[in-house]
Amino acid sequence: MAHAVTAPVSRPAAIPVRELLPWLVFGGLLMLLALYFVGAEQGATAIFSGMYVHEFTHDGRHLLGFPCH
Amino acid sequence: MVRDLLIRGMLAGLVAGLLAFGVAKVFGEPQVDRAIAFEEQHAQAETAAHQRDQAATARQESAAAHEHGAEEEGLVSRKVQSTLGLLTAVIVYGAAMGGLFALAFASLYGRVGEVGPRLLALLLAVAPFAAIYFVPSLKYPANPPAVGDGATIGYRTGLFFLMMLISLGALVFAVAMGRRLAERHGGLNGTLAGAGLFIAIIAIAQLVLPAIDEVPADFPALVLWKFRMASLGLQALMWASLGLLFGLLAERRLKAQDGFAQRSLRSP
Repeated sequence: MAHAVTAPVSRPAAIPVRELLPWLVFGGLLMLLALYFVGAEQGATAIFSGMYVHEFTHDGRHLLGFPCH
Repeated sequence: MVRDLLIRGMLAGLVAGLLAFGVAKVFGEPQVDRAIAFEEQHAQAETAAHQRDQAATARQESAAAHEHGAEEEGLVSRKVQSTLGLLTAVIVYGAAMGGLFALAFASLYGRVGEVGPRLLALLLAVAPFAAIYFVPSLKYPANPPAVGDGATIGYRTGLFFLMMLISLGALVFAVAMGRRLAERHGGLNGTLAGAGLFIAIIAIAQLVLPAIDEVPADFPALVLWKFRMASLGLQALMWASLGLLFGLLAERRLKAQDGFAQRSLRSP
């Protein structure tokens, strides 16, 4: 034990898959949804009708490199 | 642990988004304004031509055309688009990318050899910058308003995301192959082979995918260039600051954990 504390951090400990998986699924899904709303909603496809999301994020879309209109 | 990393990733992404907003505002917005001025000039010229064709009913038509233009702008004003709208878009983009970044970091940390948190974070920031922005933008670059035909938005969006998927897949494949080759033929050779493989796949994909050429013939080239450089600059700054900042935050968090040596006892 004692040497483990004083040893330099050489082999970083991996986070077990069981702990990772739920975060990957739900976190990943949420983040992708957020990106969709910034980058593509009310462009080629639309969940909500109207153009408000498109117009509000208009400049950001253009400058971030998404096809806007 | 994953929760702590995720929060740090989103925080780092938020700060990165703020910095990117600065670049977008200072370097990007003037070009957007010029592009919109070009668009309006064209619309006016078209209306004028239309008027000449139908001299008798000209006055009524011109009034209608103007109303239409005003309606398009009315939903969200230019002022809101270029301030709050831009800020929101860039910050949400930064925070979401920061979150995905943190999840990738949490998955790879400790599984890719003896790479410390700060170096891993930097490498992980370069990868998506290249794979989901830079490489796709070589084929389908960012365009200001007035460039691009509204009728082809579905087609262009599909191609853009397809290019993104291809380059992301090619990157993962090339890194995996490079690592395998590095074990047998040494680190430098493996890295070079991986890089060459990535470039080869991208070159073929970009040769095969259809070109999009929708820049109006008289659109000012300098505005287009400056707009694209602003886009490149904001993305570069965002990923660089995300990688650097997250590396620092993650290192502090991981060190605190390593101090207790047995992480399994403490992990929630």
